[in-house]
Amino acid sequence: MVVGEQKPLEEILKMIEPFDRLIIAGCKGCVAVCAAGGEREVKFLASAIRTARKAQGREIEIREVTLERQCDPEYVEQIRGFVYDYQAILSLACGVGVQYLAEHYSRIPALPGINTAFVGGAEKQGVWSEKCQCCGNCVLHLTGGICPITRCSKSLLNGPCGGSSNGRCEIDPQVPCGWYLIVERLKELGQLDRYLEIIPPKDWSQSRDGGPRKIIREDLLR
Amino acid sequence: MPCSGRVESLHLIKCFEEGIDGVFVAGCLEGECHFLVGNLQAKRRVQYVKKVLQSIGINPMRLEMYNLSAAMGSRFAEITWEITNRIKELGPNPVKTGKGREV
Amino acid sequence: MSEFKTNSRLERVLKSGYFAVTGECGPPRGADPEAIRKKGELLKGCVDAVNVTDCQTAVVRMSSLASCLILKEMGFDPILQMVTRDRNRIAIQSDILGAAALGINNLLCLTGDHQKAGDHPQAKNVFDLDSIQMVAMVKRMRDEGKFLNGEDLTVRPRLFIGAAENPFADPFEIRTLRLAKKVAAGADFIQTQCIFNIPKFKEWMKMVVDMGLHEKVFILAGITPLKSVGMARYMKNMVPGMDVPDELIERLKGVPKEKQGEEGVKIAIEMIQEIREIPGVHGVHLMAIEWEEKVREIVEGAGLLPRPQV
Repeated sequence: MVVGEQKPLEEILKMIEPFDRLIIAGCKGCVAVCAAGGEREVKFLASAIRTARKAQGREIEIREVTLERQCDPEYVEQIRGFVYDYQAILSLACGVGVQYLAEHYSRIPALPGINTAFVGGAEKQGVWSEKCQCCGNCVLHLTGGICPITRCSKSLLNGPCGGSSNGRCEIDPQVPCGWYLIVERLKELGQLDRYLEIIPPKDWSQSRDGGPRKIIREDLLR
Repeated sequence: MPCSGRVESLHLIKCFEEGIDGVFVAGCLEGECHFLVGNLQAKRRVQYVKKVLQSIGINPMRLEMYNLSAAMGSRFAEITWEITNRIKELGPNPVKTGKGREV
Repeated sequence: MSEFKTNSRLERVLKSGYFAVTGECGPPRGADPEAIRKKGELLKGCVDAVNVTDCQTAVVRMSSLASCLILKEMGFDPILQMVTRDRNRIAIQSDILGAAALGINNLLCLTGDHQKAGDHPQAKNVFDLDSIQMVAMVKRMRDEGKFLNGEDLTVRPRLFIGAAENPFADPFEIRTLRLAKKVAAGADFIQTQCIFNIPKFKEWMKMVVDMGLHEKVFILAGITPLKSVGMARYMKNMVPGMDVPDELIERLKGVPKEKQGEEGVKIAIEMIQEIREIPGVHGVHLMAIEWEEKVREIVEGAGLLPRPQV
């Protein structure tokens, strides 16, 4: 899932400075799961913003709404009835949601309340980590199910590098060396002989490096 | 509530939105929570909301968590006295005065 | 391994059976050619070839290629170091053709330190290729005359190809497998990370020899002279993948501060003499960073002067 974190409150307050009528739009998808932009976060943020404004002797009217998903035109349309009664929308969805709102409601600013960070999953309650780079050409079958593009800080396909030490990455002792993990996994799978194969240079044209991507399923078109 | 762990961040921020001058959360002594870690969760939430208060210009000292057992009557009185004094010194919640940031 | 693939002096020294000596030069943090020339003066006559680092530790310095040229003008056979951190395959191939055209004969292929620890941590990194893929790519350019995409290039770059290896950094099982990969990719020579733990290095070399790798690639052991006990401690605790035995630290401690540098030089000489005896080691790579003035003393003390005329 997409994982993000709410922007610092000071930054959000600055963004909404010119506005007195604001929609705060949450999303029940990924951002709710990582507690960044779900219904609860919308309520809390609205209260914090109102409190901040009151302390300044200013008023603000906030409409709180949480959509099923902001990456789906069907759900984004659901607010059309009242959206232009407000001056701006502060979206707590990921960058995708903000853009959908901006596209559908182009006459008022759509503001990002979240810093969308990465594609990943939960390690335990309250901790999420990056797992996938969306490179468009998955090689997990070659590396025991551990992604070298994401988990190795240098995205090596023939790692580890010389900076790997005690199974830790040179950039931070808290970060495990992705290739150390891969080697351990290959051992467990009895596939250590794979290690000798030289994986050739990656085709980055299928990743974001090749330009914004689109997938079309001809069989599903109407 | 049965346990300080049931205090939600939303309850805390709403108190300040409504103009309350100070909030204190009383939880059991650390290691003695009937629900195991409820009081630790409360502590974390209080820390989080204190940061939020700082960001929006409200003195985080207006919110505090204390740990004590039901038997510590005199400590409870002591805390109440401490907090009341503290809030008196801080004055009214800026939400009521509208005079701007106090921190 | 009798025919010469390049004009590299280092290749000739190694293939003629001599114990090779290579040095290292770090370029300056400014557009100052004199800084390189001064270091060159200190190394004259002491080394068969000299490495020029490429923004080592991800800190901006004058480019390796420019610095190599300055050293070449002084009569050295420079080893161009190139990292994959800052350049994609297009730029790397381009620089390889440029280096060869300018008469550079040696290339050390490296992945490169991550920019997070450098002086511009906000930079975007590249890592289009890794060092092993770079080795394979250069070999193809040199021996087949083809670019990475399979198309023909006109004049082949005749570069003696090197790679680095750290005998102490990997999970045990793959220590020699990694070296085997670099050899399979086409490395002609290997320079190791600096060694302080000789017994452990001997163990690694034994594995290397058991795999027959010493007959397929020239291995130069990295040696760095310790200036002080402070430096020894720093390398032990702050540099990842470094193995500095406590005995070395004790030895330096037991000597008054002003004599520690002298002791460090002695230790370096002893280590070189010891590694010369290890089967499979073809030379030494002396990294006396910011202490280049000691290189002559060390090389001479180890009985390696004069350098052979090949």
